[in-house]
Amino acid sequence: MPKSGIRKFFDLVSTMRGVISLGIGEPDFVTPWRIREAMAYSLQKGYTHYTSNLGDKRLREAICQHFHTRYGGQYCPDTQCLVTVGVSEALDLAVRAAVCPGDEVLYHEPCYVSYAPTVSMAYGVPVPIRTHAEHDFVIQVEDLEKAVTDRTKILMLNYPNNPTGAGMTWEDKQKVAEFALRHDLLVFSDEIYEDLSYIPRSPSIATLPGMAERTVVFNGFSKAYAMTGMRVAYALGPHDLIDAMMKIHQYTILCAPTPCQFGAIEALQGADKEREAMRREYEQRRNVIVKGFNEMGLKCFMPRGAFYVFPCISPTGMPSQEFAERLLEEEHVAVVPGDAFGASGEGFVRCSYATGMKEIQEALRRIQRFVERHGRG
Amino acid sequence: MNLQERNEAILALLKRDARIPVQEIADRLMLQPQEVSQAIEEMERQGTILGYTTLLGNEEERQTRAIIEVQIQPERDSGFDAIAQRICKFEEVVSAYLVSGRYDLHLEVVGNSLQEVAHFVASKLSTQPGVKSCATLFLLKKYKEAGIEFQKEEGYERLQVSM
Repeated sequence: MPKSGIRKFFDLVSTMRGVISLGIGEPDFVTPWRIREAMAYSLQKGYTHYTSNLGDKRLREAICQHFHTRYGGQYCPDTQCLVTVGVSEALDLAVRAAVCPGDEVLYHEPCYVSYAPTVSMAYGVPVPIRTHAEHDFVIQVEDLEKAVTDRTKILMLNYPNNPTGAGMTWEDKQKVAEFALRHDLLVFSDEIYEDLSYIPRSPSIATLPGMAERTVVFNGFSKAYAMTGMRVAYALGPHDLIDAMMKIHQYTILCAPTPCQFGAIEALQGADKEREAMRREYEQRRNVIVKGFNEMGLKCFMPRGAFYVFPCISPTGMPSQEFAERLLEEEHVAVVPGDAFGASGEGFVRCSYATGMKEIQEALRRIQRFVERHGRG
Repeated sequence: MNLQERNEAILALLKRDARIPVQEIADRLMLQPQEVSQAIEEMERQGTILGYTTLLGNEEERQTRAIIEVQIQPERDSGFDAIAQRICKFEEVVSAYLVSGRYDLHLEVVGNSLQEVAHFVASKLSTQPGVKSCATLFLLKKYKEAGIEFQKEEGYERLQVSM
């Protein structure tokens, strides 16, 4: 199992001064005060014991209610909802619960760095499906059909997407759901950025006919509520799968930290306004950064969600790694090379706009200077 | 985005930072700068936007500020309005609100010294016809104004790169 490939690059960034980083995959906002206050209160009250393995019941009820209100599905808080330590844990549980050695798991690339290793660690076979800029990085059923075999068991989805910012419309979800039904696949839908979506909200893929019993939805509090360090997330899915995931969770993690679960309850019950204010700010930054890249000739599609843009750097003639390294050395701007998210990310870089507008504007000026110096015109 | 939504979005940005460049508003909202300028001018003309001000930090605040709680005997035809408007004419009064509760007008008054403010209250304000009583609360320190906290959180330095 190789280490994450760009460790060396990260280390280099951390030694440099005056760097503007567009490489940060977490919100720049501090967790809204009312959530922090709820966590502090839970400590004052002495809520420092284990919760149920499934997670605090009030939190599970709040999660099921939130999901029902926003995305339409009906889940039972006692049997179909599991609170975990981040979506990464939840995904790992689901993969370990469902994958038998040799089972194939389809996932789309470019994608979050943990998917393939998580599948491999469960002795599954990760099968990447390339997505393309001309489809705004939305997975295409034709490509899925070419990759599916009789060993394929799971399709993993992550929309809105890290690193591309791609998002699925209702029609996209319908096509993919039909594919999953046709081949009798489980669908693991990582929707951690769903509450940071900039297109009209549509019901979850799990709500489509025949999908609830084969879909596990993953979401959490890290991104939309700026709670990355709190490590609280959840999985919603069919009872038998949640039950199997709960067993692994019970023996490895036991439960998510209790004060953080109390913060999560407050997030769902009291922080709609704060969440929406952050979403709106990200959306406006997205508009600024997309315009900036397109104007300097690095073509960039309009992301539908999350807080990343994925501009194409081919006009510079450099591969992603070289672009990122030289940009860092020459202009002190950190971006993440696209190939860190899979081979199909080559030719692109990921830029996070989870950073202040002034930094974004200065970074754009520096990148423009860099591109003018190195562009092939 | 309809016109009302557009104007609300522009106002939200101006309320946070009245000095935000028109170009940035335009880029954020995917509008033309000219449209933004026109919208702002129109809101100024219509009185939606009445003015812009500057927030000063505690150290820069050279003047003495006080909150005055004023009880008023309302007048037959004009209620509180005529008296309130008369009080607002004084330069020393920088803000004035009619409030519910145990007093009627909530004023903010500034002067160059404690004595100056006290003198204003004693000689000008409390002697106004219709004013029944004044309670003066001198401001000692500002912690938050117009949504801005004066003590910034130190924050926690994020990892420079994370996936």
